[in-house]
Amino acid sequence: MKIMVAVKRVVDYAVKIRVKPDKTGVVTQNVKMSMNPFCEIALEEALRIRESGLASEVVAVSIGPSQCVETLRTGLAMGANRGIHVESTASLYPLSVAKIFRKLVEIEKPDLLILGKQAIDDDCNQTGQMIAGLLNWPQGTFASKVVLDKEKQVATVDREVDDGIETVCLNLPAVITTDLRLNQPRYATLPNIMKAKSKPIKKFTPEELNVEIISDLEIVQVTEPPKRKAGVIVSSVDELIDKLKNEANVI
Amino acid sequence: MTKHNSRATIGFLLRSFTYCPSNPSLLPSATSSSRFTSAFDEKHKLLQRDIVHGDHQVLSFFNPFRYFVETKQWGVGIQRKCYGSVAGLVQRNPRFSKLNDDDVRYFEGILGDKNVVQDEDKLVTSNTDWMHKYNGSSKLLLQPRTTEQVSQILKYCNSRCLAVVPQGGNTGLVGGSVPVFDEVIISLSSMNKIISFDKVSGVLVCEAGCILESIMSFLDNEGFVMPLDLGAKGSCQIGGNVSTNAGGLRLVRYGSLHGNILGIEAVLANGTVLDMLKTVRKDNTGYDLKHLFIGSEGSLGIVTKVSILTPPKLSSVNVAFLACKDYSSCQKLLQEAKRKLGEILSAFEFLDGQSMNLVLNHLEGARNPIPTSPHNFYVLIETTGSDDTSDKQKLEAFLLGSMENDLISDGVLAQDINQASSFWLLREGIPEALMRAGAVYKYDLSIPLEHMYNLVEEMRSKLGNTANVIGYGHLGDGNLHLNVSTPHYDDDKILSQIEPFVYEWTSKHLGSISAEHGLGLMKANKIFYSKSRETVQLMASIKNLMDPNHILNPYKVLPHSLTS
Ligand SMILES: Cc1cc2nc3c(=O)[nH]c(=O)nc-3n(C[C@H](O)[C@H](O)[C@H](O)COP(=O)(O)OP(=O)(O)OC[C@H]3O[C@@H](n4cnc5c(N)ncnc54)[C@H](O)[C@@H]3O)c2cc1C
Repeated sequence: MKIMVAVKRVVDYAVKIRVKPDKTGVVTQNVKMSMNPFCEIALEEALRIRESGLASEVVAVSIGPSQCVETLRTGLAMGANRGIHVESTASLYPLSVAKIFRKLVEIEKPDLLILGKQAIDDDCNQTGQMIAGLLNWPQGTFASKVVLDKEKQVATVDREVDDGIETVCLNLPAVITTDLRLNQPRYATLPNIMKAKSKPIKKFTPEELNVEIISDLEIVQVTEPPKRKAGVIVSSVDELIDKLKNEANVI
Repeated sequence: MTKHNSRATIGFLLRSFTYCPSNPSLLPSATSSSRFTSAFDEKHKLLQRDIVHGDHQVLSFFNPFRYFVETKQWGVGIQRKCYGSVAGLVQRNPRFSKLNDDDVRYFEGILGDKNVVQDEDKLVTSNTDWMHKYNGSSKLLLQPRTTEQVSQILKYCNSRCLAVVPQGGNTGLVGGSVPVFDEVIISLSSMNKIISFDKVSGVLVCEAGCILESIMSFLDNEGFVMPLDLGAKGSCQIGGNVSTNAGGLRLVRYGSLHGNILGIEAVLANGTVLDMLKTVRKDNTGYDLKHLFIGSEGSLGIVTKVSILTPPKLSSVNVAFLACKDYSSCQKLLQEAKRKLGEILSAFEFLDGQSMNLVLNHLEGARNPIPTSPHNFYVLIETTGSDDTSDKQKLEAFLLGSMENDLISDGVLAQDINQASSFWLLREGIPEALMRAGAVYKYDLSIPLEHMYNLVEEMRSKLGNTANVIGYGHLGDGNLHLNVSTPHYDDDKILSQIEPFVYEWTSKHLGSISAEHGLGLMKANKIFYSKSRETVQLMASIKNLMDPNHILNPYKVLPHSLTS
């Protein structure tokens, strides 16, 4: 069984985001970029499935500018068998990414596709669902537990939903997107970083895959969230109650 | 800036610890006379040297052991203190006045009622040090907001002969920041303004009470970094850092504060304000007196403002966490790192397997990045540079080469900032973990690298399984933190085995008994292990000249005979 995993290069989770002065986006120059944390979890899950003997190969895919190769190297150092880089400098929205994945699935024929539930840069939470739609595959989103039955070709997925856990059974091939509690990703060890250097990364362009990158979305403006107002120290319980009643209007 | 986020958490932990109700096991055990006998017999030979006072008066050291033999009891009515250290007994200097209502009224006149704190609950925090080991009994905390107010306070205290203790973030580890008896606490916390920042030169001017972490985030926004970083950043103040000449995690890269502090404004005991707040890098006009305030732990004056040279923030930071099979490999790895990573190396820290176990057992969120098998030593290497691709290549090549040469047995390289922070937590969280494990005897030593870890091993075999001996520290600076962790303080069984052994051993190997924490109260009487008699004499003369009534931070830094 072959598992394909999407890994996106994003502004590091711990970086303080700055909006560009012209409000067209956020500053990414000289900013630390890393693998999207949900993609890390997706890759970890794929590796665990392979290590348990249920899969034989994990292929990591990253779409974007040339530096995505670094993200792929991280994935390979974590343990992916090989990488695929679809190079594009255009702005990529979920639908374009989903179309690229549909093509890659036709080429690679994986039995399972695992993605993060969302990327922390645009927070779209759409790509996994769109791929499942385009491929007409079943989907298990927001996964907090994944159990595979190789013989029955079924994946049982616990989903984190508002009022608890929902368990779904998917016939393979299927799409799974990962939530935060699914697992704790491993670190890249030195021996594995060394091995990763000789693992292959195949390159494609969207044109080679016959995907036209267009979007009917336009970003109008990016702004910072309003600054939190400084708090006040109240001197008595009465004052607190007064403020809660008359200023905050919560009681 | 990489580690800001999760490391801010450590600051938060620190703060929350400071305010949590004290754990009785962390308090020093009650005074007992027996603890002096062994140590003082051996040691007073070394300490019993006469000292020439500034005015040519000959003083000899107070010897509590002899005092005990002569009087057969610890005096009743005279205030004495004994801390978990064979340094022994301190007596309140009777020359100091006792605080009265007029004094309080005078201070209220200068500062306003709100900044004159007499509330006992509030004073508990300021009377207790971070380790909950040293407790003073001050009745008054003053919170000046300007240099002028500090000057007025000191002028008055000097004229009244009221002893004072300057207090920053109170994270000091040698009992220097809390009163010993009833000294008035002068807190710099309200002097926390950033005065100016020059983007061209990178020179920052600020008040002494600025919290290190606040300065760091201010600078981060400007695209600069502090040349100083330490685990206590969330609470410690720049004035405290300067006064202790704090070393920390980046000294290997940026050097000591003696190089990075360009100017200081300080107030002398008599209220004189010394304006040495230069912002230029070079200034050879006469004696460079600001250096006297760097590392003198509040014994010569109160630092009110500082100017600091800050380097620009570089975008590429990489952190590796490595396992080594023995100490000699760590040492060789350091030599190699200095050669091969030279210009990008920004931290080289180590911890032994025992430290790692301690952190994993006592610190929430700590995760072993190399869990495959236990290792004897761990090293954290950080690089900071301007080009991520080439820096990473360089670091990887170095690490892989070191692995081939068998200097490293295993290791991980952080792939994002979160991972880097989790590696740092293992090193920076050790003091916190030690506090949670119970009582701790702390030693902060400079020792020539070659011998450094022998001390830990000797200490371990001396104590057997009565205590957990751990070694960690700033290997890149030859700075060992030797810590002896036990469930409870037990000076008879444990401390007598450690002291004076540790000091003698360090002295014999030409090290320093205080690499970066200072002497404070804990090691005031131990100065001779690291400084010659003549040197201490000159220090005493300087102290007499600058603070003739010895009101500034008494019983600390210099041997007690000089301040009583
Ligand atoms: C978790 C942890 C990690 C630490 N790591 C390190 C480390 O890596 N390197 C290191 O060097 N230290 C370290 N320390 C020790 C401590 O944080 C430093 O000594 C720090 O510089 C003290 O700053 P502070 O503001 O807390 O000063 P305080 O503890 O309040 O005072 C320290 C001394 O300076 C004097 N003082 C304070 N402010 C002034 C002032 N404005 N004018 C005159 N005198 C003043 C006090 O009287 C006292 O003698 C650590 C402590 C903790 C708790």
